[in-house]
Amino acid sequence: MSEPLLVVKGLTKRFMTGGGWFARPRSMTAVRSVNLTVGRGEVVGVVGESGCGKSTLARLILRLIEPTEGDITLGGTRLSGIGQAELRRERRRMAMVFQDPYSSLDPRYTIAETLAEPFRVHGLPVTQQAISGMLEAVSLPASAALRYPHQMSGGQRQRIGIARALALRPEFVVLDEPTASLDVSIQAQIIELLAALREGFGLTYLFISHDLGLVRYFCDRIVVMYLGAVVEVLPDARAVPRHPYTRALMDSSFAPDPKARREIAPLSGEIPSPFNLPPGCAFAGRCSRAVEACRSASPPLTEEGGHAVACFNPL
Amino acid sequence: MTAPSPVSSALPGGLGVLRAAFGRPSGAIAGGWLVLIVLGAIFAPLLTPYAYDAQVLKEAFQPPSLAHPLGTDEFGRDLLTRMLYGARTSLSVSSVSILISVAAGMTLGAAAGYFGGFFDRAVTAVADLTWSFPEILIALILVAIIGPGVSGTMAAIAVAYLAQFARLTRAQIMTLKAETYVEAARSLGAGHAHILFRHLIPNALAPVLVSAMLATGDAIILEATLGFFGLGAQPPTPSWGSMMSSGSALLFKAPWIIVFPGLAVATTVIAINLFGDALIAALDIRDKLGSKP
Repeated sequence: MSEPLLVVKGLTKRFMTGGGWFARPRSMTAVRSVNLTVGRGEVVGVVGESGCGKSTLARLILRLIEPTEGDITLGGTRLSGIGQAELRRERRRMAMVFQDPYSSLDPRYTIAETLAEPFRVHGLPVTQQAISGMLEAVSLPASAALRYPHQMSGGQRQRIGIARALALRPEFVVLDEPTASLDVSIQAQIIELLAALREGFGLTYLFISHDLGLVRYFCDRIVVMYLGAVVEVLPDARAVPRHPYTRALMDSSFAPDPKARREIAPLSGEIPSPFNLPPGCAFAGRCSRAVEACRSASPPLTEEGGHAVACFNPL
Repeated sequence: MTAPSPVSSALPGGLGVLRAAFGRPSGAIAGGWLVLIVLGAIFAPLLTPYAYDAQVLKEAFQPPSLAHPLGTDEFGRDLLTRMLYGARTSLSVSSVSILISVAAGMTLGAAAGYFGGFFDRAVTAVADLTWSFPEILIALILVAIIGPGVSGTMAAIAVAYLAQFARLTRAQIMTLKAETYVEAARSLGAGHAHILFRHLIPNALAPVLVSAMLATGDAIILEATLGFFGLGAQPPTPSWGSMMSSGSALLFKAPWIIVFPGLAVATTVIAINLFGDALIAALDIRDKLGSKP
């Protein structure tokens, strides 16, 4: 791994809910002491099923949500702990592409106004040429500038979302399921575009997805999350998973070749409630390889040659 | 050419919406009537040879005739003249007070909906409290405190409708602030002012403006009611409400004195409501407007 750009240490987010007149507030841990390092120029994927905290993690790293505990450092600047005014200046260095290309663009803004917004927010001048250049970078015609979002397709809107994220030439971009709302044929185009832009602008990506197949295709390293905690870090896309949960995730992704398909053992059992986590490994209740220790103690994330896994009985 | 400013897009197609509203038969008739009333109020001195306060006692109680198309009142003043000048009072008092009400209500509602917390709870509590009284009661109490007259009426009407606009704006802002484009703006480094004034308020504006239009109709009735009770514009300034008040005692002797101002109030309010409906249809925002029980 190259020089680290993003270093996350012990990042934790607890949400407090409820707390009415007669109910005690309950705390829900969405993200549990996550450690994460992303090297400059790297693409790191974060996978996990719905509700595992991967989108929360993305927002915590960009401080769109305030973390409960933990440290975030981006290129030598500590993001956790700085004031709002300073944070807003630092936002030029980071950006986010959102999942829903329909609600991520203000319906009242023309495309030109949407693309000018990052500059206006920071009081920077913006020219027609800059807007055309941004559109060209995401393979849209300059004539798109005068259109409104409702006149564009989902794929085109997502290209606008990407162009806006890259407007101020950030170093670090979080991609929060950027293709999840798009047709499969459009997904491939967006992934190709993201790969080309990464080359062109020397970007570093944190790619959030629930699609392990896509993550293996696109990412250099893969972080697997389960119930708010990192359970495995795969050092490369082809690494063989060692955590039973990662194994199950891979088995559940669909192989296009019918001969390659095999019987899969679907996961049984329910995800434990994040309000009331059982002692020990959060996955133990659904795991076929669980041993006695799994139900009493939480397995630590231990690394071996870049491949980290949190399991007492790994594959 | 530089990129168009986001402010210019606050109401894209604003004229298109008006055209669509006028395109409907009811919208065209209602809108036409409103334009006529407004023009009549503005050009009153040019449209009538009489002065609104010129008393000609020997011509009192004249029924409608060629010289006085709507007749004369108990002091021999030309009724049409007084109605045209009365439209000035009714329209300006109601629209100015609604304007004040919208400005204050939107500010309170937007701040409450956006920032939440204690301020939100305080605004909501006060709004709910005023909501539970009829507007006329609030207006009467306020006029009693401030004193009768045009400014008292304006303040009373403005406060009476404040809760409605604060609640509507708050609800709009609370829905809109969950939109991803707000989070996107934040991720770009936008501050509260940018998000409120460039994203949330422009998007919340349409339903609030339509509801303001409809409230103007109610405000005309409220103004007429306060005028009827003698709490509105003071004589000799004419207002539709005070004209009806003086006509009520003479209902059988000179019915035109109360009938014509009454018709003016009724047709104007109906026209405002019909035109508001046409606007709602043109903007396609029916679901966003909560109706008051």
